[in-house]
Amino acid sequence: MREVAIVAFAQSDHLRTTDELSEVDMVMPVLHQVLAQTGLKTSDIGFTCSGSSDYLAGRAFSFTMTLDGVGAWPPISESHVEMDGAWAMYEAWVKLLTGEVDTALVYSYGKSSPGSVRDVLTRQLDPYYVAPLWPDSVALAALQAQALIDAGETDEPALAGIAARSRESASSNPHAQVKGSVPQGDYEVQPLRKGDCPPVGDGAVAVILAAGDKARELCERPAWIRGMDHRIEAHSLGVRDLTDSPSTRLAAERAGAFERPVDTAELHAPFTSQEVVLRKALKLGDGVAVNPSGGALAANPVMAAGLLRIGEAAARIHRGESDRALAHATSGPCLQQNLVAVLEGDAR
Amino acid sequence: MPEVLKAPLVVEFPFTRSLGPVQSAFLTGLRERTVLGVKTTDGKVMVPPVEYDPVTADELRDLVEVEPTGTVTTWAWNPEPRRGQPLDAPFAWVLVKLDGADTGLLHALDAPGPDAVTTGMRVRVRWAAERTGAITDIACFEPYEGAAAEAEPAAHDGQFDDAVSGIVAEARLDYVYSPGRAQTAYINALADRRTVGERCPSCRKVYVPPRGACPTCGVATTDRVEVGPAGTVTTFCIVNVKAKNLDIELPYVYAHIALDGADLALHGRIAGIPYDQVRMGLRVEPVWTEGGRYPDHYRPTGEPDADYDTYKELV
Repeated sequence: MREVAIVAFAQSDHLRTTDELSEVDMVMPVLHQVLAQTGLKTSDIGFTCSGSSDYLAGRAFSFTMTLDGVGAWPPISESHVEMDGAWAMYEAWVKLLTGEVDTALVYSYGKSSPGSVRDVLTRQLDPYYVAPLWPDSVALAALQAQALIDAGETDEPALAGIAARSRESASSNPHAQVKGSVPQGDYEVQPLRKGDCPPVGDGAVAVILAAGDKARELCERPAWIRGMDHRIEAHSLGVRDLTDSPSTRLAAERAGAFERPVDTAELHAPFTSQEVVLRKALKLGDGVAVNPSGGALAANPVMAAGLLRIGEAAARIHRGESDRALAHATSGPCLQQNLVAVLEGDAR
Repeated sequence: MPEVLKAPLVVEFPFTRSLGPVQSAFLTGLRERTVLGVKTTDGKVMVPPVEYDPVTADELRDLVEVEPTGTVTTWAWNPEPRRGQPLDAPFAWVLVKLDGADTGLLHALDAPGPDAVTTGMRVRVRWAAERTGAITDIACFEPYEGAAAEAEPAAHDGQFDDAVSGIVAEARLDYVYSPGRAQTAYINALADRRTVGERCPSCRKVYVPPRGACPTCGVATTDRVEVGPAGTVTTFCIVNVKAKNLDIELPYVYAHIALDGADLALHGRIAGIPYDQVRMGLRVEPVWTEGGRYPDHYRPTGEPDADYDTYKELV
């Protein structure tokens, strides 16, 4: 299989509101940064793929507007997924594996501040049996958290510990939205307190992929994608075992995550309770650095937070802080769909 | 920088969805206070029932009737109900395994407080007073003292008089919309009867209306440039269909107009000239109505038509 690596990663600061910025205003500086890291111009890029959802800001076709920030005219080879950017990266990775192109630009963004993201996300649910009840994203995560507590897999103090550790790690992340010592606060939906929930905010992320020698040319220590896979659970929440994530485990297995231990894991767990599920599904030991960036509890721009995990994991390899890292992205309620990527740096 | 513009935006749509045979039987059953499940390939009973097996993808059609009573398998206390949710007062979200079913149904439980809710507690359906064949025909669940029924669920043919074949799913999302920096400046200038575009610092093109970035160069357009007021019709169409809430006599002309100094045509209505005399190259100027924040339409200036070569790049 063709060798493909992440060779550059950039992100915006993640902010509660960005009224003065349109989507393209928010995305464009990140695109410029990621291109500058490699010295590539838009015209050098073989394929561009983005991920976003217009429902977040209520702005129709915002993804075509952000393409202005790429410089997409005359037309470039380009695609878009109405998903987290991690899935856009999957598409780009497959495109590179075909040998058709040698480089790809992948970006995604989320601008949740104009709307109410808890309500917006109800629109992705089963339209016949579930969406008419408007169960918001926190409520569904809380049902999963209670199932974990009932099963003896965690308790409220343990969840608070995950929240505290994540925001403490985020203290060294200049882009994070919530960092340092943050009170757990009142119940949003019991058993989840405010501190167990991700911040709502706006942000953007971009990575560049390159194949083989091109990757070595563009990056001192490329983060080689050793495997990547994504899997999904049954549609109905009532059919699933909410205390486990077989789709994550299967994706990890297919991505080769269990062949050798990883030293770092960037997990897309917007709620503290979901980290408990993922650690179990991924069989992560105590020696693994989990979410050194602070994870989605520190910044959760919807549609970007998954690609951020992959980018953060890759950046640690670029910096020589990791040799083998796992990155995970999720989509949908209660870890409905999960993507796992395994990244490695060359021996030092 | 002046304050960016903001306005409430409501996106609302009544999705009309048709139902498959299993969904139709289930939702019609709710209308008749009957809860149906479907048998999966491995003999489990799914409630709510689905058309295809979640494991094998086999088509599922064997319906059974389950009890309107059941057991809570997990719950979450909702202290502040949101719009559209089943109850106005604080309630518990629950997954309920109905007696006879093997899977959980998501709904609300009416209980006095979180201390009154536990996993494993017994509940029963509280039917809505008016039922139409929708998941909301279950108003909510309520606590119930009785034990689980022992009997196997009986087969049901799924036949009801006047079965529902579809639902209307109302969707509404509320936003506070901001067009961002570039379009705020454009809209504010228009209210002042000036058309202001933005120039690309790289290729020097002037975009009207500006979107903040040059799609050719991928850089921010920041230099403000006043264009027009007059411009040239680059292309047009004759509209013969009446739009909702639009009080304009048919037929009328809608045109692409390249304002003088702009490198992108904007669009607007042409009036003050019979519709069949509008042509490419026609010189036009904006007409503002009293108190209007943008041009109502464009009308001929009376100048000679523009030469095709002067606007051919903008067609």
